[in-house]
Amino acid sequence: MSKIDEQSSGKKEGEIRYLTPLNIDTNTKKKYCRFKRSGIKYIDYKDPDFLFKFVNEQGKILPRRLTGTSLKYQRKVSVAIKRARHLALMPYVGDLLK
Amino acid sequence: MSNYETVFILNPVLSENQIEEAVKKYESLLESKKCKIVHKEDWGLKKLAFTIQNKNSGFYHLLEFEGNGEVINDLEVEFRRDERVMRFLTVKLDVHAKEWADKRKKRIQSKVKA
Repeated sequence: MSKIDEQSSGKKEGEIRYLTPLNIDTNTKKKYCRFKRSGIKYIDYKDPDFLFKFVNEQGKILPRRLTGTSLKYQRKVSVAIKRARHLALMPYVGDLLK
Repeated sequence: MSNYETVFILNPVLSENQIEEAVKKYESLLESKKCKIVHKEDWGLKKLAFTIQNKNSGFYHLLEFEGNGEVINDLEVEFRRDERVMRFLTVKLDVHAKEWADKRKKRIQSKVKA
């Protein structure tokens, strides 16, 4: 039984511990577009509770890289949020919305 | 002919009769311009997310109608002239939006029955 085997199974610390991959879970969950997945075609500006999922605490629209929304639907989300703001269903600026 | 949907906010200081009158005014305006009102909704007194004209609440009303695009201009001019209306938004409904609106109507109807 070599040292490497022991180390990879995490039994013993040794000289070459950095040559073997550390036991850390690096698999992050892949983001997905929720509209594509659930087949939503129209985003309603009259439903502020749903639109609050796409803004941060200050009421700013979250970027695609955080929500995973595809470009096609991000545009629709942003239009819907702006319409909701105009009708005072959502705030333009807020504090501690969540 | 296409489908439109308009939401407007009425001043909260109005009495019930005045609100009814205002809503009727816009309905009759649309009807006089040969529009067909498909659906109307009264959301009641709602809190605003921010103050408009120093008011914290307003009466929300929704009208869905079918008509020619030229009507929108006349309707919005009336909205602007009317002091009772604090905000308005008119949106053209595309295919998906129409589908969603129909679904919404059915949901509301089933709620009324239940």
